[in-house]
Amino acid sequence: MEIFDALMQGFATAVTPQNLLLMMLGCVIGLFVGAMPGLGSVNGVAILLPVTFLVPPTGAIIFLAAVYYGAMYGGAISSIMLGIPGASTAVATVFDGRPLAMQGKADWALVAAAVGSFVGGTISVILFTLFAPPLADFALKFGPQEEFALMMLAFATFIGLGGDDIPKTIFSIALGLVFAAVGLDEISGQPRLIFFDIPGFYHGINFLVLAIGIYGIGEILWTLETSQGDVRVSQASFTASRILDAFKRLKSSTVSIISSSFLGYFVGILPAAGATPASLMAYGVAKTMSKDPDSFGKGNITGVAAPETANNAASTGSMLPMITLGIPGSPTTAILLGGMIIWGLRPGPLLFVNHPEFVWGLIGSLYMANLFTVIINIAFIPLFVSVLKLSFTILAPIIFVLCIVGGYAPTQDLHDVWLIVIFGVVFYLLRKLNYPVAPAVLAIVLGPLTERALRQSLVAEQGNVATFVERPLSAIILVLAVLLIVLPVIKMTKHKKKSAAADDGPEADES
Amino acid sequence: MTTRTAELLMAILMGLLSVGLMWKSTELEIGWIPDRGPGGGAWPFWLSAVMLLCCLVTVYRWWRRATPQSRSDVEFMDRNTRRINFITVGSLVALLGLTHVIGIYFAIFLFLLFYIRFVGRHSWLLTGTLSVATPIFLFFFFEALLKILLPKGYSEPLFYPLYRIIY
Repeated sequence: MEIFDALMQGFATAVTPQNLLLMMLGCVIGLFVGAMPGLGSVNGVAILLPVTFLVPPTGAIIFLAAVYYGAMYGGAISSIMLGIPGASTAVATVFDGRPLAMQGKADWALVAAAVGSFVGGTISVILFTLFAPPLADFALKFGPQEEFALMMLAFATFIGLGGDDIPKTIFSIALGLVFAAVGLDEISGQPRLIFFDIPGFYHGINFLVLAIGIYGIGEILWTLETSQGDVRVSQASFTASRILDAFKRLKSSTVSIISSSFLGYFVGILPAAGATPASLMAYGVAKTMSKDPDSFGKGNITGVAAPETANNAASTGSMLPMITLGIPGSPTTAILLGGMIIWGLRPGPLLFVNHPEFVWGLIGSLYMANLFTVIINIAFIPLFVSVLKLSFTILAPIIFVLCIVGGYAPTQDLHDVWLIVIFGVVFYLLRKLNYPVAPAVLAIVLGPLTERALRQSLVAEQGNVATFVERPLSAIILVLAVLLIVLPVIKMTKHKKKSAAADDGPEADES
Repeated sequence: MTTRTAELLMAILMGLLSVGLMWKSTELEIGWIPDRGPGGGAWPFWLSAVMLLCCLVTVYRWWRRATPQSRSDVEFMDRNTRRINFITVGSLVALLGLTHVIGIYFAIFLFLLFYIRFVGRHSWLLTGTLSVATPIFLFFFFEALLKILLPKGYSEPLFYPLYRIIY
């Protein structure tokens, strides 16, 4: 009942005219950002975060969460109409979305994506409402030792579940953590890592500098390189009877949509996993469960609905650890978390106690953002499609300009903007060599919190390192983290032995 | 340059960066301060050491041809990509450099003019509209609405009449 009352309060916060307006604006911008090839929720949130300093934190998070949601819906539009995933989260949508569009059934695919996204979003928000308060209650027992252990767990998931080259992943995490250490040492107050005595380093490297560099400049360089080919937009006709027809066809996908919602939500909770693997897994499960698995990849409507359901559910799932534990479940939530720190909020279990209006306002807005996005999505599909025809040589410079002014606004120091460009180029090159970039963003956000938790624990225990394993909760979390790192290494060595035995087999795919 | 060479070069460069960071970290105490835990430099020092270790492993794996990149003899960046990256990064550097001199609004105008017209080869009408409208929109959004002053360099006096309108 308590949850119900709090939720009602949340709805009341979400429907104030300002918040409602921000939510709608966020949904529309998110849909556009998601639909643009090369741009996803993380780019939208990174580039737009600086402009939210205009409104109070609750309005800001409602706006950004709506962008996040909208982008999850929007990704499907370009997957279906262009055959290019609007974001990595919509890769699986191409498998069946594109064949459907080529058969002149783009409208069916778009409706399936929208309905799937809506159901996935709604089921996951209900799960979120039920899980978040007890988890936050439990997390209130955490001391700095547990906080530190949790951070280690978050990094371990990237190493264990990220699926990238392990030394390169660890390098990326350590680099992000070192960047976070630039500025003043919090405990002694001494200047630290002030390169070449440049004054701009005294205020540290803001996480936004790295995030905008990577997801703004770096991403566009990446897209400019990969989108050199021609883009063909499919035509779609929309009539009420065809939309009704699509709804009827979707009935057969009901089980898949519901199971994808649960799957997406729980995969989304894991840091490093997130919406992309969730959608690919949902596609796989839907295909396995189907009576007609051969039709997948040739234009099966369930093949569109399942991944779209899962990626929306995962985006809500990734907010659960962000709100309750202060650990982001995805790069996008890492940026949201950094935003919360700038707004003067301390992410973590105390949010529910100290700022209930913020948390419940966000939860309330998620229910509504879901509804709005599905309506806006279906109503404006023709408009989105026409924008998709915009040349990238118009879009790219405008995004660059947004990155430059957005990067300048928080600290008002051109030094930061130079860093954005440098990071953008360097991380683009690193990414070309298969260095994962998301762990660095997660690390720069979590860096100050991790170092503080480590040093507070050690100071309180007079430098006794064993404190991390003497406390049962922190010990359990650390064991989990170690397992997450060790298991894939064992699997890799086993795999190596096997392939050495087989020898001369085909080379592993690059991914 | 092949991807294989790029992989080695990057690992060496990042290794050097790690050493630099380790050296820089020693400006603060990197050891243990009795009863107070690690000194201020310890955290970045040991993290940079981890980075260095990762780079050494990457170099070792390059030598063993264990990563897909270390086996690839494909060109790291083809000619087209090099061209577009050079133009894009160059114009971004020019945009920032000009911001110090003529201010961000005029720099953005020139940047958009160059990119949309000469890189994108779009019409003068579209180029003109976007390159004029974008800085004007940004001015009202940042200076009037957000009260964030963007850098104007030597063009500052031109904005005095506008300040009188918005403040």
